[in-house]
Amino acid sequence: MRIPISALVGLFFTGAFFLAAIFAPLIAPYGMAEIVGGVWDPASSTHWLGTDAIGRDLLSRMIYGGQTTIFVASAATVLSFTLGSVLGFSAAVAGAWVDQGLSRMVDLVMAIPALILALVILSVLPVTLTVLILVMGLLDATRVFRLARAVAVDITVMDYVEAARLRGEGWAWIIFREILPNALSPLVAELGLRFIFAVLFISTLSFLGLGVQPPLADWGGIVKENSSGLVYGIPAALIPAFAIAALAISVNLVADWVLSRTTSLKGGRG
Amino acid sequence: MHPVLTLVVQRIALGLLLLLAVSAVIFLGVAALPGDTAQAILGQSATPQALANLRTEMGLDQPALTRYFNWLGGILTGDLGTSLSNRTDIAAAISQRLGNTLFLAGWAAVISVPLAILLGLLAARYNGRWPDKLISGATLSTISLPEFVVGYIVLYFLAVKWQLFPSVAMVFPGMGMMERLNAVILPVIVLVLVVLAHMMRMTRAAILNVMQSAYIETAELKGLTPMRVIWRHAFPNAVAPVVNVVMLNLAYLVVGVVVVEVVFVYPGMGQYLVDHVAKRDLPVVQAVGLIFAAVYIGLNIMADVISILANPRLRHPK
Repeated sequence: MRIPISALVGLFFTGAFFLAAIFAPLIAPYGMAEIVGGVWDPASSTHWLGTDAIGRDLLSRMIYGGQTTIFVASAATVLSFTLGSVLGFSAAVAGAWVDQGLSRMVDLVMAIPALILALVILSVLPVTLTVLILVMGLLDATRVFRLARAVAVDITVMDYVEAARLRGEGWAWIIFREILPNALSPLVAELGLRFIFAVLFISTLSFLGLGVQPPLADWGGIVKENSSGLVYGIPAALIPAFAIAALAISVNLVADWVLSRTTSLKGGRG
Repeated sequence: MHPVLTLVVQRIALGLLLLLAVSAVIFLGVAALPGDTAQAILGQSATPQALANLRTEMGLDQPALTRYFNWLGGILTGDLGTSLSNRTDIAAAISQRLGNTLFLAGWAAVISVPLAILLGLLAARYNGRWPDKLISGATLSTISLPEFVVGYIVLYFLAVKWQLFPSVAMVFPGMGMMERLNAVILPVIVLVLVVLAHMMRMTRAAILNVMQSAYIETAELKGLTPMRVIWRHAFPNAVAPVVNVVMLNLAYLVVGVVVVEVVFVYPGMGQYLVDHVAKRDLPVVQAVGLIFAAVYIGLNIMADVISILANPRLRHPK
């Protein structure tokens, strides 16, 4: 199997970001909230990326911030995938009113822009990591539901599903043993895109001041903290901005590759 | 009644029904969430008496359904309620800001739509050659960037480094048209960049899809120039999907505008919404949220209606 160069680049950077997130306390030269220098010191040999708005080491904050961003986005993606695909498959298998009920509910939620709905919900609930993950996961589950249902509807009419039903297998068997293995490749390709969406979403929320709360840092929050420096020509806020973009682009490259592989295997029909 | 008209009326009625359901989600769904609004406003140290007073004042002692219908009735008659944080009338506070936001989003739409279609046509014309690759590559990178990142990159380079435009989008009543345009130019650029990529990609895809048809081959064999084939034969048949994508992206501007307004400190609806989410001012958040959702649904309905109207098979029934 030959991996195209763009996918290799994507895999390399995605891997690097995840490793940096996992081993953050080992790599980061300073503590996350440690004040070690002046306000917006330029990059130097002791502070590779300079310092931030109140003199914390920017590189360390970037590494810890990446950990928060990637953790929240991954957790939300896992939640949305588990929930969305199980409900989507169930809707396709059960059909009739279960399908109608779930599908119309999803339509209703998708009729409201995700960011607006998230803002409305977050104005009532306390903004903690758990709440953020739940809100993002639930909102995104609607998108996964649509895809999972669409894929599963095509599979449920297959003969082997019919055979399983006639054997008297239960729902759980049909969903996990018959549909899931056959629906896996389009879902895996979608996984990357949903993860990017989650990264952009949590960054946007934090940037608006409604996501990850201090003293914890995440990339969107670091942009917010340092944004006032931009007007004086201090580019500190652009560093986390570029990190978000780099992560999104590298995951995108991998997802594109997975998508093209799965669609060519399936004869163009995901 | 003409069958197309029936379809259109049906679609609009369905949209209104959806809007009603959305208003219920925004009001009742939030009411069902755990958390006590009165407690959130007064804080943990509030006395039971103060809590009870505030609940009576806000009508929180009534059942949620009654409050919902009061709220809905108010909105239908133009009364959006009063803000909790500063006791002002929400409708009065919004009217100015809504105009500002529409001004910003309107200019972004006016610039991005023709530009996206033109670039999409070009990319389809030079499919697989360097103009296509350049356009596609550039759009792939803007798709991966969140709005606020695009905003700060544009702000840093255009406003701070090269000092071409003002960095803060200040507008106030009584400002001249040109001044106003100059003030919003950076947020407009950002919004254009945010929606341009997707619109362009979909225009390109829609046209390339049509290019597979037999009549395109006929047109080519007839000796028409490639641009003429695309413009006269492919584009009219790609109008429905293109219009759909354009409308969906305009609906997406609704979300983009929230973030971009915060980046450029623009006095619009988005800034107002974000400020009041932080203050946990539920009446404002619900009213503004409903307005955003209404615009979003409205544009989606418009997309459907236009694609119904653009379909000649529906226009000339047998």
